[in-house]
Amino acid sequence: MASNKDSIQNVIKVALLVCLACAIVVSTAAVVLRPIQQQNQQADLRRNVLQIADMFQAGVPVDQQFEQIETRLVDLQSGTFSDEFNTEDFDPRSAPNNPEISSSIPASEDIAGLKRRERYTEVYIVNGENGQMQTLILPVRGYGLWSTMWGFIALEDDLNTVVGFGFYDQEETPGLGGEVDNPRWKAQFPGKLVYGEDGNVQLELKKGGINPNNEMDATYRVDALSGATLTSRGVTNLIQYWMGERGFKPFLNNLKAGEA
Amino acid sequence: MSEARKVLVTPIFSDNPIALQILGICSALAVTTGLKVTVVMCIALTLVTAFSNLFISMIRNQIPGSIRIIVQMTIIASLVIVVDQVLKAYAFDISKQLSVFVGLIITNCIVMGRAEAYAMQNPPGLSFLDGIGNGLGYSAVLLFVGFLREFFGSGSLFGFQVLQTVNQGGWYVPNGLMLLAPSAFFIIGAFIWILRTWDRSQVEDNEFTMKAHVKKEAV
Repeated sequence: MASNKDSIQNVIKVALLVCLACAIVVSTAAVVLRPIQQQNQQADLRRNVLQIADMFQAGVPVDQQFEQIETRLVDLQSGTFSDEFNTEDFDPRSAPNNPEISSSIPASEDIAGLKRRERYTEVYIVNGENGQMQTLILPVRGYGLWSTMWGFIALEDDLNTVVGFGFYDQEETPGLGGEVDNPRWKAQFPGKLVYGEDGNVQLELKKGGINPNNEMDATYRVDALSGATLTSRGVTNLIQYWMGERGFKPFLNNLKAGEA
Repeated sequence: MSEARKVLVTPIFSDNPIALQILGICSALAVTTGLKVTVVMCIALTLVTAFSNLFISMIRNQIPGSIRIIVQMTIIASLVIVVDQVLKAYAFDISKQLSVFVGLIITNCIVMGRAEAYAMQNPPGLSFLDGIGNGLGYSAVLLFVGFLREFFGSGSLFGFQVLQTVNQGGWYVPNGLMLLAPSAFFIIGAFIWILRTWDRSQVEDNEFTMKAHVKKEAV
C-alpha cells in the first residue's frame, strides 16, 4: 500500500474524499446553526435600539420589550415611508452594498466617508399610549479613524431634541476613540437640539470643553473625545450627513408636515 | 514520565509554542486586550489544534506526500469555520469582539506546525493530547498577557472593574499603551525572559562570538 500512496489515483481519491467530508461538516454546521445566529443578530440590533431610546430593561427578554416598537421602511430619496420591502426580510446592514437599492455618493458630498448610500432604510418608532409617535430612532453611520461606526440617534416627537445617541458597532482605538461607547460621554447627548433656528444641522462635537453659560454650547454642542480628533470629527460629520439634506432631513420635514 | 503525559505537559512551559518556538504571535497581540475574549480564543485554538491533530493523524497513512499541506489546511479550515459558526450561535457578543481573529486561527502557525511536525508521524490518541498540550501552552502565555493588559489598560478583570478609572470618576489613569498591540510584544518578551531565567536550557547558544571591539587607532 505504501508504494501506491503517492500514485495519481490515490492523490485524486484522497483529495476528493477529504473535500467531500469537510464540505459536509461545514455545510451542516452552517445550516443547523443559522436560525440561532440570525436570532442573535436580530436580538443584538433590537437591544441596541432599545438602549438608544433609553427603554432597555435588563432581565426582560429583548423580543418582548421590542413589541412596543414599530419598524418602518423609509425611502430616503422621496423622504417618505415605503412598503417596497417587508421589514421582516429587509437587512439594513447589507442594503448599502446592494447595487439595486443603493447608489454611490459623489466625493464632494461624501463628508461621512460612506462611499455608497442605500435608498431604503429602517427606522424605529416608539408609540405612546394614544398611538402618537413618542420617539423616532434613526440609523446613522460614518467613518471614524479606523472603521465605519454604526449607530442610532433617537429623537423626541418634536423631531429635533435628542433622546439618545450611540454606536453598536465600531472599531476605534480602545481607550481613545473607543470611548464613543463610554456611557458618561453618551450621557451628554440627551436634551441637545439637532437643528438650529435656521433649519441647518447645528449638533456637533466641540474640542476643549463645553461652556454651560454659552447658549450655543449648551444647546447644540457636545464635548469632543480627548485624544481622538479624527473619531470626533467623524461623529460630527456623520451627524451632519444623516441629519442633512441627503440623509433624513427631507423625511423629517415630511413627517412634521404630516406628509410622510 | 509516560509518553502521554509528556506530550501533554511539556508544551506548557518547557517547550512552549509561543515562548520557545515563537509561533502564533499574531493572535497573541490581537486578542489579549480583555481576559474574556482571551479565554474564548484559547479554548477555540486548543480545540482546533487537538481535533485537527486527531483527524490528520487518523488519515496520516493515506495522505500522499505531494498534497499533504493542502489536506491539512482543508481539515484545519473546516474546523475553524465550525468553531466560528458555533461561537456566532452561542457566544454572539464575544464572537463580535473576536471578529476576524477566529477565522485567522487557520493561519496560526501552531495548528499547522503541530499537524506537520507531530500528527503526521504519531497515532491519533497521542496526537490529540499533543494538540491539547500545545493549546494549553498557547493559553498560558495568552492569559498572562491578557491579565496584565486588561488590568493595567482598563483597570478591570473579566470585565469587572477592579480599579476605578478616571473616566468613570475614579482615581486610576489607565495605561493606554496596554490596549495597543505593541504592549503585547513587551509582555511576551518579559514572559520569555522570566521563563528562560527559570529554565536556562531554553536559552539558545550564540550563533557567533562577539569580537572585541576595534580600537579607533587601528583603523
